[in-house]
Parts: sequence; C-alpha cells; structure tokens
Amino acid sequence: MALDQTDVEKVAHLARLQIEEQDIPEYTRNLTSILDLVSQMQAVDTDDIDPLAHPLDATQRLRHDEVTETNQREHFQKNAPAIEAGLFLVPKVIE
Amino acid sequence: MHNKTIAELAKGLADGDFSSVELTRHFLQRINTLDSQYNSFITVTGEQALAQAEAADALRAAGNAGKLAGIPIAHKDIFCTEGVLTTCASKMLSNFVAPYDATVVSRFKQAGLVTLGKTNMDEFAMGSSNENSFYGAVKNPWALGAVPGGSSGGSAAAVAARLVPAATGTDTGGSIRQPAAFCGITGLKPTYGRVSRWGMIAYASSLDQGGPMARTAEDCALLLNEMAGFDPKDSTSLKKAVPDYTADLNQPLAGLRIGLPKEYFGEGLSSEMGDTIMTAVKEFEKLGATIHEISLPNTMLAIPAYYVIAPAEASSNLSRYDGVRFGHRCENPVNLEDLYKRSRGEGFGKEVQRRILVGTYALSEGYYDAYYRKAQRIRRLIQQDFLNAFNEVDLIMGPTTPSEAFDLGSNTDDPVQMYMEDIYTLAVNLAGLPGISVPAGLVNGRPVGLQILAGHFQESQLLNAAHQFQNATNWHQLAPTANQ
Repeated sequence: MALDQTDVEKVAHLARLQIEEQDIPEYTRNLTSILDLVSQMQAVDTDDIDPLAHPLDATQRLRHDEVTETNQREHFQKNAPAIEAGLFLVPKVIE
Repeated sequence: MHNKTIAELAKGLADGDFSSVELTRHFLQRINTLDSQYNSFITVTGEQALAQAEAADALRAAGNAGKLAGIPIAHKDIFCTEGVLTTCASKMLSNFVAPYDATVVSRFKQAGLVTLGKTNMDEFAMGSSNENSFYGAVKNPWALGAVPGGSSGGSAAAVAARLVPAATGTDTGGSIRQPAAFCGITGLKPTYGRVSRWGMIAYASSLDQGGPMARTAEDCALLLNEMAGFDPKDSTSLKKAVPDYTADLNQPLAGLRIGLPKEYFGEGLSSEMGDTIMTAVKEFEKLGATIHEISLPNTMLAIPAYYVIAPAEASSNLSRYDGVRFGHRCENPVNLEDLYKRSRGEGFGKEVQRRILVGTYALSEGYYDAYYRKAQRIRRLIQQDFLNAFNEVDLIMGPTTPSEAFDLGSNTDDPVQMYMEDIYTLAVNLAGLPGISVPAGLVNGRPVGLQILAGHFQESQLLNAAHQFQNATNWHQLAPTANQ
C-alpha cells in the first residue's frame, strides 16, 4: 500500500509528533516500504486462529482495591520541566 | 583480573585473593582508559560503585556476603536506577534521573553486586546496530569499523572488551542475542514473564524481556538466579518457582534431541555462517545428542508480524512522553498541542519516530483488525510451529544472525533491510520462548553466535547445553586482540 504525504502528516498529527517538512518525503518512502513488508501477512488465512496477546495466554492479574503506595509527589516531580504548588504547568488551556 | 569469569571472580573474592574494591577499581580504570574507543557506556558511576564495593567487602568480612556480593556489573540504560541518569539513549530522557530502581536493579543491589554504570543502546531499544543512539554509535571491540549489534550493543561491547564481567540487556526482537553474537559473548533471553519488567523502560510490552549478558553460560546461570522471579509490580510477571539455574549445568547431553529448522539454513544465510553453525552442531553430536531436521513453516511471517506488534505497542507506550511530567520539553510552547508535538518531535530520533508512525497507523481507526489483530493471529501460528517442534525435539539450534557483524553505516538507508537482520531472533519473542546465543566461531575475523531455543521455562536445559558446549570448545574464551 502506497502512502502519500498527506497520510503521513495525518498519522503524525494523531501521534502528536512534529515532523520536519523536509523529512516528510523520506518518512513517506520508509512507511510505504514497511507497510509493503507487513502486507505479506494478508496472504495467510487466519480466520479460525485466535489472536495471541500474552505468549503464555496469561490474563490480567487483579489486586485488592487497597492503597499500597505512599505519596511521593515531591520526589517524582523533581524530573518535571515546570511545576508550581505541586502542580504540573502547561500552556494555558482555558481562557 | 578482567579475563576471569564471574564464577572465577566469586571464588577469588571468597578466597580473599582480591577485594571487591580492588576489582571495582580495576574495571573502572579499564573503562576510563579504553571506552573512548568503543563508546559502550553512557554514564559511569565510579563513586557509587566504590561505595557499593566497600559495603560488599564489609559484608564479606562479617561473614554475611552472598555468592555474587562484590562482583561488578553494568546495566543497560533502559533500567531505572535511583538517583542516576537513565536515558534510554534518547534526547527525550537525557535529563531524566530515575526516582526509583527497576526490580532487576534492586535485586542485584540486594545480592551485593556493584554497578559500574549504564551502557549505551539503540534509542528506546529500537535497532539492530546501536547506531540509533542519541549518545553516538557503539563500536564493536573486534573491529572498530563494525557495529556491535543492538539494541543492547553497549552491554555486549563492554563485556567483550573486558570493561565489565557482565551486564544486563533487554530483548524485544533479538536485542540480547544478536549483539551477544556479534561481540562474541553469551546472552540469554529468558521466557516472557520470567524476569520482571518493572522499571525497565517499555518498548513493546508483550515482547520485552530482560536477561543477562556475560562471557559464559555458567555466568548467565548465576545472574539469572538473581534476576528471575515473580514480581507483583509487573502485571505480566508469572508466578512460577525459580529453580537454581546452575544445578543442571553438568548434566550429560546423551540422548538430547536437537532440531535444526530447515528454514534457518536456507536463503539469506551466508555459506561461511552455515558451515560454522554446522561445525558447532557437530560438537553436540559428539556429546551424545541426536540431530533432526524440523520445519517452522511460518518463519518468514515473523518479520511482518513483529513490525506491526512492536511499533503498535511502542506508539502506545511512548505516548507518555508529553513534555509535561518528565523528559524533554520544547521551548516556549504556544499551546498544549504545540507542547506535545514539538517536545516529541525534538526528543525522539528518526527510527523511534518511524516506529511511532507505523504503530499509530496500524492502530488507527479502520486499520486495527487488518494490522494489529491480524499480526496477533499470525503470532499464534508462529508459536504453534514451535510448540509442535518441541513435541519432537528438546532443543532447537541455528544461527543467531544471517551473517557476521556488518560495517557501521552499511544498513542505515533502508529500514526494511535492517529489519531482515532479525529473521532468526524475532519469532522467539513472538512465541515468548527462552533463547541463548553462544560464541560459535569467527567468520571473516568477526564472532558469530549459535542460537539455542527451548520450550517455555526451560532455561535450565538451555544453559546446560550451552555450558557443555563451552566445556568442549573455546570460542567463548577468545577476546579481541586489544583486550586479551
């Protein structure tokens, strides 16, 4: 399947990824060749095959709904680019 | 001291031949003088290492030291290490000081091992050559113009150059086994769910698995004893008793049934590689094993299935890097969307961006069934091939890679060409099986690996076969000329 530049721009937007204008042709070529590779799968009939999500078919473990972690907000926020009063700062969202 | 295995170093420490501080200083000195050639470390933690070594020596003096206390190791920079820079070789995390230890890291700390530093890798573990690192490519100690393999290329190069006796790695599609093969060391990818993924920065969560990289199978067994086990913090960790992986190392191999998949010896395998691997297989025959041709008919489908599942899971996992809570943030964002887009655009390298785009496309509206769901169905076919084979044979053997280490820069133009390098390793992750690569000879002066695969949770059997092979051969003892 051949992608065009608009497809790549759309996917980049979905991924919230800014890609440089001059890189778009290269990404378009790369993605097209990766999707060509991947399309080999379509030749195989898998209608009766169950999808495999966990290699040992384990299911999600549940735990009791109890608080087990302590509050380490300050410790974790040491890596934050911008904080104030214990909150993460982002550009203004609501006028 | 740097030519000794972990088993030998542990004995030396126990016998008082040298202290952990002496050992640690020796390896730190080697890193400081030699690593500028290889670029195998991103961060060296000399001061902390010496403090850990002193603590290990004190424990030993008090008679409380565990078997591996005081042995130096290094961690792939994908494992979170509390208070130490943890970059995943990405600009995105180039300022990230992990606030906690990964379970693997804390288990090794508890066992008293000494951490020398964090090793270089392909960014977010995406790559087969270690050329995708924000911190620059790693050089193969056997040939500085060659790649060390990837993504755990720094760990492999550091062990091969005798800068550290062992290191951790992670394997999503071959990232322990392929660099181990290219650098002439032994690398084990355990069964999916055997080693905790907690604190191991996620790439493709249904495939990722941590494991040891060392000089010998015996050393890998000693390290796996510390790494393996159930972890309630990892939701896919499996509750299963951990055996002593050294217990079966010396079992004789008489009667062992070895399967050679015909698909692993066909087109794409260089003739020198094929001959080298068959010579290695003959060693097992001499040890009493029988050889059987088998078939894994869906082998070629592993590449397309992997390059849907891994990017899809990566695009989801990497959505956490948003420039808000940690990691790279762009300058002067005009709004929230600009903050996300530019922080991610600036923070991720090209291969990571490519895989995020492929994964986002595969998961986008209208394509999920045709790509991700389809790949998961193919994944079951691939696993079924292996399970059928293990009804007839105990172990499967073949080459780890189609050829010896390729030259730096030779595969970087076409990502699909690079993906083909992983043909023998990817299927193992899709099936969740354990696999090991052991040094099996030299092709054009560069090391190559024999890959051995076993059924789920049969690491002991893998390590037994690898250890017996290493008792009978000396490929694992070869060192690059500059590092003998």
